[in-house]
Parts: sequence; structure tokens; C-alpha cells
Amino acid sequence: RGLLTRLNTPICIVCYLAAIVWFMGLAFEPFTLRTDMSENAMGSTMVLLRGASAVPRQGVRSSQKTGAVSTWLVKAMQSRGLEVFTQSFSRKLPFPDENKERYMVRGTNVYGILRAPRAPRTEALVISAPCSPGDSNNQAVGLLLALAQYFRNQVYWAKDIIFLVNEHDLMGTQAWLEAYHHTNITGMEYSPLQGRGGSIQAALSLELSSDVITSLDLILDGLNGQLPNLDLANLFYAFCQKLGVLCTIQGKLQRNDWDTAEGYTHAAQTMMLMVLKQACGRSWGDHGLFLRYHIEAASVRGINSFRHYKTDAATIGRLLEGMVRKLNNLLERLHQSYFFYLLPSLSRFVSIGCYMPAFGLLVVILLLRALDLWVHLGAPALAAVEGVTEAQQPSGPAVLTVLTPVVISHLTGVALYLLPVHLQEMAVEHFPVSETEAVVLTAVAIYTTGLALPHNTQRLLSGEGTEQGWKVLKLTALLYLAVLLGCTALINFSLGFVLAVTLVPITASMTPHMPKALSALVMVLLSPAFTILYCVFIYQELIEAPVSVSEGWMLFLSVISQGILDHALYGSLVYPLLALFIYPCWLMFWNILFWS
Amino acid sequence: MLILSSLLLFILLAAARDEFQEELVIRPLHSGDIYASFQFRTLWDTDFLQEGQKVSHYRLFPKSLGQVLSKFSVRELHISFTQGFWRTMQWGQPFIPSPPGAELWVWFHDTVSDVDGNWKELTNVLSGIFCASLNFIDLTNTVQPSASFKPLGLGNATDHRFLRYATLPREIVCTENLTPWKKLLPCGSKAGLAVLMKSEKLFHSSFHSQAVHIRPICQDEQCSSKAWELRQTLNVVFDLHTSGQGKKEWSLFKMFSRTLTEACPLASSSKVYVDITDNPELFELSPATPLLGQAVVLGDRRTYSVYDLIMPTSSMVLSPCALGDMLRPLLHAERYVAGFGLQTGEIHTVIYNNHPYRAFPVLLMDSVPWYLQLYIHTLTVTSKSRDNKPSYIHYQPAKDRHRPHLLEMLIQLPPHSMTEVTVQFERALLKWTEYTPDPNHGFYVGSSVVSALVPSMVAMRTNFTQDQPLFSSFVPVKEESSYFVRVYTEPLLVNLPTPDFSMPYNVICLTCTVVAVGYGSFYNLLTRTFQVDEPSPPLSKRLANLIRRMRGVPLLT
Repeated sequence: RGLLTRLNTPICIVCYLAAIVWFMGLAFEPFTLRTDMSENAMGSTMVLLRGASAVPRQGVRSSQKTGAVSTWLVKAMQSRGLEVFTQSFSRKLPFPDENKERYMVRGTNVYGILRAPRAPRTEALVISAPCSPGDSNNQAVGLLLALAQYFRNQVYWAKDIIFLVNEHDLMGTQAWLEAYHHTNITGMEYSPLQGRGGSIQAALSLELSSDVITSLDLILDGLNGQLPNLDLANLFYAFCQKLGVLCTIQGKLQRNDWDTAEGYTHAAQTMMLMVLKQACGRSWGDHGLFLRYHIEAASVRGINSFRHYKTDAATIGRLLEGMVRKLNNLLERLHQSYFFYLLPSLSRFVSIGCYMPAFGLLVVILLLRALDLWVHLGAPALAAVEGVTEAQQPSGPAVLTVLTPVVISHLTGVALYLLPVHLQEMAVEHFPVSETEAVVLTAVAIYTTGLALPHNTQRLLSGEGTEQGWKVLKLTALLYLAVLLGCTALINFSLGFVLAVTLVPITASMTPHMPKALSALVMVLLSPAFTILYCVFIYQELIEAPVSVSEGWMLFLSVISQGILDHALYGSLVYPLLALFIYPCWLMFWNILFWS
Repeated sequence: MLILSSLLLFILLAAARDEFQEELVIRPLHSGDIYASFQFRTLWDTDFLQEGQKVSHYRLFPKSLGQVLSKFSVRELHISFTQGFWRTMQWGQPFIPSPPGAELWVWFHDTVSDVDGNWKELTNVLSGIFCASLNFIDLTNTVQPSASFKPLGLGNATDHRFLRYATLPREIVCTENLTPWKKLLPCGSKAGLAVLMKSEKLFHSSFHSQAVHIRPICQDEQCSSKAWELRQTLNVVFDLHTSGQGKKEWSLFKMFSRTLTEACPLASSSKVYVDITDNPELFELSPATPLLGQAVVLGDRRTYSVYDLIMPTSSMVLSPCALGDMLRPLLHAERYVAGFGLQTGEIHTVIYNNHPYRAFPVLLMDSVPWYLQLYIHTLTVTSKSRDNKPSYIHYQPAKDRHRPHLLEMLIQLPPHSMTEVTVQFERALLKWTEYTPDPNHGFYVGSSVVSALVPSMVAMRTNFTQDQPLFSSFVPVKEESSYFVRVYTEPLLVNLPTPDFSMPYNVICLTCTVVAVGYGSFYNLLTRTFQVDEPSPPLSKRLANLIRRMRGVPLLT
């Protein structure tokens, strides 16, 4: 015990550095595992691919001009021998979405079910293609119809195949999934589904942005950082290899020169991108919403990166045919491989057992500091051996001094969670801003107002904070943060790790005796909001689209509005987590800084 | 010689009332598929349920089934094996419905004292006869429906203590079930309609269902004598889309890769019906037949071209048929599991009444395995967004590992409405030995059964006549204005919370080895007592000791 208290600071510093080094080491290829197919039903036999692909994209385009996509789709699917159903949905967003320019959303999903011969309608697979007004995803819809036509003439299907064309990308998927499972989590209005295919085993979402496809990108990150089973990624990779299609993850090609600095940097960048994407907790493709329903899903996005290498639609059709046939062979749900992993490249992965120590080292710092404080707090009490009543005398006010900042910080958090959306009308009335700006700026304003909190707390307490007071508060806050981060990392490792990296140094070292101005500056610079800002910049840097400071600021604002929207529309938990727990926790430390 | 011939004559006379009929109905379906339904009917003129009567002579009736009937005192037996799901919305009603998987329901004679014991043995015997896993039927998936399954034959037994009903939704039907089924036919698959049953074609279809129905019936209209009726049915739906390369024509050869040449010599009637009710002018049958028949089936008057195989004809049948939209059958039901996560869920059963102005009651029967713990207080029945109170509810709660839930309800369906029955459940955590192989596949819940008397569009014939086609005479019609329909919903596949079996398995194997080798030898060393083995005393000394012991003198050492 003595060793731990004496060497506490050095141990903490070593832990922190070790955590960072460990994490960066994860991208180093010799430390990672090679992916291989764990699912027996998908592994040994390669299916024979014949795939026919006469892509009727002309029809999609012409029907879009007349604005009757859904009726055209119904006819097209019916003529291919599917059971076709439509579903209409509508949703009023809490505030206008400026990125996608929508507020009152009204749409129709069209889906056709290919009934497997001699199957009792207990299992289904979903292939979906978002179809929004405009030219964006016509190739995918065309390919979907071509696949439907081809699949209809095959006899080997053991699971029903649902071809879903959803309008308004994620919102359509959300409405369809909620109707399919007869739940309503987000207050969407939709018409009930007429046809079902039993329990959905897996889903693939298809996005082809242009006529010319040079590579295919696999997107795995789903809502709240959930990932599909790694076998789905393995399946995609296996077929890309077989058909000679360039495949990427996070838009990054795989490199073979792991022993050079560039090779390592490349892998590290890919992994960092995955961490950032996962941390933000949003669904990066239509597949992300399936994961909540225990449906393994991934998005395949066609990319035109102006390379010389081109892939034609028939090859992509064959790739999808192969994947669907393998999924069709499944006897059980995908469960053999990992659900928690990071991918430095498509062929290498880091499992939960490898990356968790990096996070563990960070949380150990918090626990060590808490232990240190506990020892310090306990020592004088132990010294006064006979004074049991004396020791209890100051504990009454101590509880109050701790409780007050805790309650006030959490109230601020609740305000940050509730007010921006509810006060938007008032804000729009009084200030010359749009609704979206109103929401975001209110959030920023409340966040900043929270910084004035220590003074209010002091006024409430009406007295000098004691030495013991801040220690008890810090002990509470440290344990609280450790538990919070631990729980977060169990669900979404990336979010937990990113928060831990920025929050742990300041929270571990914070005392009221430090130089006020400087430490306040450091503390603000490492607050959750600034973490988001840094993430925006790093993300832009990693996708090779660096932005200036003012653009970054605009992006930051839009990220906040997207976060709030994701929470309202799809039930993403990052915004409530930050507003209701992480931010109040940070405020408690802010309180300690201004204790005396 | 005279005696022998007279004996022969006697036997022939006695057996003369046994009868065999065969029939094939071909019906182009609304969706463009072809529905082929075979029915084989064997009448057995005997009544072995009377006391003291032993039957040892079989002519047309299969001996294996006859023995089963007499041994287990079966009054009525219905067994079906189905691969696929009957798509009511596209195909309309089948002649004889059946749920996916295997279904078995049996009425025992009311003299049986140990019904459960008989049932257990019967399932095992049938499992052998049909090469199916019917032996998996035990008390955990057997129910006694109180109202949904009434005897279809003679006798009005209503005491459901003598009824047993079970389904195996996971049962997969294949050739090994077809072969024993074909062997029950008097001609086997050697002659008659059964030559069409080549398994590679029958199982290359969208739907395949084979069934055996045994029941006592009246031999004639006055019901002066009883007979046993064995109906073997086989229903197949062929998908013209996958096999026909877009051409909308079919022939017997294309469907079965066989043609019909002759009737079964033992059959008293052998007919092929082709349903030409929908747009008869479009049909082009070759060879054309002058015979047209009419029958009222399932509340609908249908017209048929009839081919009689007793009189020789050639056997190609060709016709175009039209591709159609969704049907709206009068009664339709579907079912699904709502919710997500592995803790709770909700079973939704949706029943549609598409009749424009008539309301009618339906009997809904649900048999749910015990590992879905139903919250019966959450049971709601709503039609037209209003609460619909069932007029009769029979609920038997499950007992863990012993008995499934049984829920029967009589629900009035308003005209042109959708009625939704919901009940919530909690998924049980099974013991680790109770998981089936492939536990992550999920667990099956059998189809729920909707039985109803549906108002008929045309008058049904209530009188019982022999010359009616077989397919229209299976379920006895009691009144003119309605007909009996049974609809099966799809089975459900429900995932239960499943432990990761691979890791514990490795751990168990490893620890067992370590324990067996390490601990075993260590324990052996610790508990064994070592003794110095003394050489046994010589014989003379032992004899001396024996004598000394008898005398009561201290022994020599």
C-alpha cells in the first residue's frame, strides 16, 4: 500500500503511456490475428457462381423523372415473380436536418419477398438498397432487380429473400424494421407490413454511387458502435479475393508492406478511422439499424476512385450472389466468430482480448488515484483512534458538500439534454437563427454556462470548501468516471477509449492547488466538447480531406446536430451519454478546480 | 377341390366390398403455379372395434396400418408430412390443409384406459412405419385440444381425453418418407396414378405434403354397415416459373417426368380432373375430353375436365394459364414474433376475414412450448381497433419440462376485418443439456390452427353420395350455407438466450482430462493403504488353527 501511494504519480504516468503505446501497437501487423472463416456452413464449400446481370437502371431513371418510383418498382418486382408489398411512413423531425435538407419526411418502402420453395417461412435474408429521389443509387436498385430476377429462377433457396428498396435511407430502414418487429422506439408513424418472412438471419445493404465502380467498400460500424459478426466481413473479403475485386475498409486499401513505416501508418490510420467512426455511435449505412434486432448486417458501397481498375456490375452481382448463397447455407445465426473487434485491414483483426488492456490501463489510473485519495482520507481518521464521534461530526456537512455539486452538475446535464430541442421555438423567435442553428447554439450555450457552475455552488454552500471536502468529491468523481467509462467501453470500446484518453489525464491530476488560469485552460481544452472538435479534425485529416478552422467549426456544429438527430430518430445513445453522464462528471472535476 | 373353390369364392365374396379409388386433381393456380393433388381411398369392410373380433385377413388395406389400428384401439388417425408452407394469399385454399413439418392427431377408442401410454407407443410405431422422427413426440409437445379437432368419421365422441394432437415443425420431409407412404397403396407405385410419383420431381416443387387419414365411415347412405376408410393424399405445387423458363404451359410429363398409361388394376375408379373454372376459353387441353364435371369445393363451384383412366386415353395435357395478382381468400391467418432482445417477446396472430358482409366465428388453437413462458394476462384480441372478447377460452398453462401451453379461443370475426391476437412471453433459460443441436438456429413453435365454418358463396351439397369426386368429400358437410376450413399459420422460429457452447465445451474436455489423469492418480496415491504382503501360512498350520479354533484354544501364529 505504501508503495502504491508513494509511487502513485509515476505509476499513473507509466500506465497512461503504456496504454497509448499498446493501442498504437494494435495496428502493427505481427500483433494482430489473421481473419479466417469460423462458420462451418460458410467455409469449406465455395458456391458456383453464374450470376446474370442485365441491369435495368434505365427504368429507375425514367420513372424517377415522372416521380412514380414506388409504383414502377412494384410492377418491376411483380414481373420478376416476387410477392410485393409497400409500406408508407412519415416522420416529423425534431428540427430540420440541414445536411440532408429534410424536416417533414414522408416516404414509401417497397419490398418484394422471394419465397423459398419448400421452406416454412421461418427464416429470411434481406438485401436492401436505399433509393432516394435523384440519381444517387439507381445502379444499386437496378442490380437488386437483376439479382431478384436471377434468384427467382434458382431452386436452392432455403430462406426467404426479401428485396427491400427503402426511401429516405436510414429512416425508411428504421420504419421498415420497426414495422417488421412491431415495435415503436422512436415515434415513427408507419403502416403495418402485410408480408413477412420469419426471423431475419442476415442483411446486406447495397450502395452504388456511380456507373463506374473501381472498388467496393465494406461498412460495418452500426448504431451505438455495434458491429456485425466478423464472419460477415470474412465472407465479403473471401469473395472479393475470389473474384478479384478491389475491396477496402474505411476507404483504405490493404497494403502488404507492414514492416515499413508507411505500411504501419496506413494500418494505424485505418484503425483510427474505425475507432472514430465507431465512437460517434451513428449508423454509417443502412445496415447499422439491423444490428439492434440481432440481425447481422453490413453495407457494401461501390466507390469510384478514378483508378484504372474497373469492376462491372456483373461482377458485383456475382459477389452478392455468392454472399447470399453462403448466408443461405447457414444452419444457425452467425455466431461463431467475434462480435467485438477492430480492423486495421480487411484481412487482419484485433479481438476484444487484445484491445481491452489498452483501455484497462487507462481506467487503472483512475482507480489508483482513487485508492491514493482513500488512503489519504483514511489516514487522519485512523490517527484519531478514540474519536469515533468526532469523525462522524464533520461527515454530515461533508456529505452535503459532495452532494450539492453532484446534483447541480447533473441538473446542468439534464438541461443540456432537454433544453436545446424544446427551446428551439423560443430561440428562433428571439434570435435571427434557423431552427437547427438554434438547437446547436443552445446546446453550446448551456455547455458554456455550466462552466460558471462552481460559483453558484459556492453561493449555495455559503462557506469555504474544506480540504477534506474536495478530496471526498474527487474520490466520488473518480470512481464515478471509472464506472462510466468501463460500462461505455464494454458496449462501445472506441467511445470509451477516446473519452478515457482525453478525460483521464486531467481528472487524475486535478487539485484546487494548481495555478488556476493555466489548469482551467487545459481542463477546458480537454473537455468532452473539445474532444468532439478534435475528433472532427482528426477524422478529416484521416480521410484526406483536411479542413480549415472555420470549416472545422461548422462541421463541429453539424456533428452536434447530427448527434441529437441520431438520438431522436434512431435511438443512438451517444448524445444522452455525453449530456447526462460524461459532461456532469467533467463538471464535478471543474468544481474541484475552483474549490476554495 | 370343391371345398377349396368354395372357400375361394367365400373369400372373394367377403372381400368384395373392399374398394380402392384413385384420383388426381390438377388445378392451375392463380399465381401461375400448378397444384396437383392425389387422393387414394381404400375402403375396408370390417369392424374390428367390436369385442373379441380378430382380423387377420387383409386384401387392399395395408396390413401394417390395420395392425396398428387394432393394437392401439385407434378410432381415427390423421398424419401429415409437409415440406413448405401453403401460400393462401397466392394459391387459395388447399383441399386438405396441413402445417409445415409433421402433424399427428389421433382419437382413441373410449375403451382405452392408458391413453398416454398408447399414444407413446403409437408414435414410436408410426415413426418406424413412415421413417420419420415421430418418436420425438412426447408429453412436452402433445396437447388435447378441447374443440378444434373433432372426429371426422363416424361417432360423435367429444371427450377430448381420448384425443392427442402434436406437431413437429422442424421435421424435414424427403424421399425416405415417400417410399413407405407409396408402399401402403395396393398397386404401390407400379401402376395407376402412383407411377407419377417420382421423388426427384415431387421434391423439386414449391410445396409438398403427404398425408394419411384413417377413419370409420358408413358403407352406404343408411349407414347399415361400417367400414374403415384410408385416404392417402399427396399435394404438390409445381413452380412453372423456375422449371418452365417463362412458358406458361404444362404437361404431366414436364411435371412428373412420367405419363399416365393405365389405371391401377385393383382400382374401381381412377380419374384425372383438370380444373378449368378460371377462364375456360383460354384453356387448351390436349387431348380434349368430352367429359365435364362440376363440384362444389370450399364454397366455390368449379368445373372440371374429367379423364377416366379405366377407359383408355392418351395422356398429354397441355394448357396455358394466366399470371395473377394476390388473392383475397375469405379466411387467412398469419403469425409472427414481435419485439427484439432475448428476454421477452410478443406473439402476434393476425386473422383476416375478407368476406364483404358476413361475420363468422373461428376457433383459434395455439400450442406453445413451455420454454416460452406466456404471460396470459397480456392476451388481447382486437378487431377494427376495438377489443374483441372471445366467447370461449380454454387455456391450459404449461408445466416446465412436462407440458406445453394450450390456448383455444372462439373469436367472432367481424366482416371485412383484421383481428389481431397478441400475447407476450418470456424466453426461458434452458439447462445446458436441453439445448437442441444448432442452438443458435432457434427453437420452433408449431403453427397455430384456425378452424372455421366459412359462409359459402354457393349452396353446399349435404347429402352423401358415392359419385362425388374424392377431393370434395373429405370433410362432412353439415349445412348448406357454410363449409369447413382449417388454416394453419406459419411456424415461428424463436431464439432463446444461448450460452457460448464452444468455449465451455473445450473447457469441460480439458478439465475433465486434467481431473481424470492428475486428480485420479493423486487421489489414488493418497487414499491407498500400503500393507506388507505376508506369505500365506502353510497348509498344515492352517489345519492346525482350524482345529484349535474349534477347540477354543488360542491360535498359532
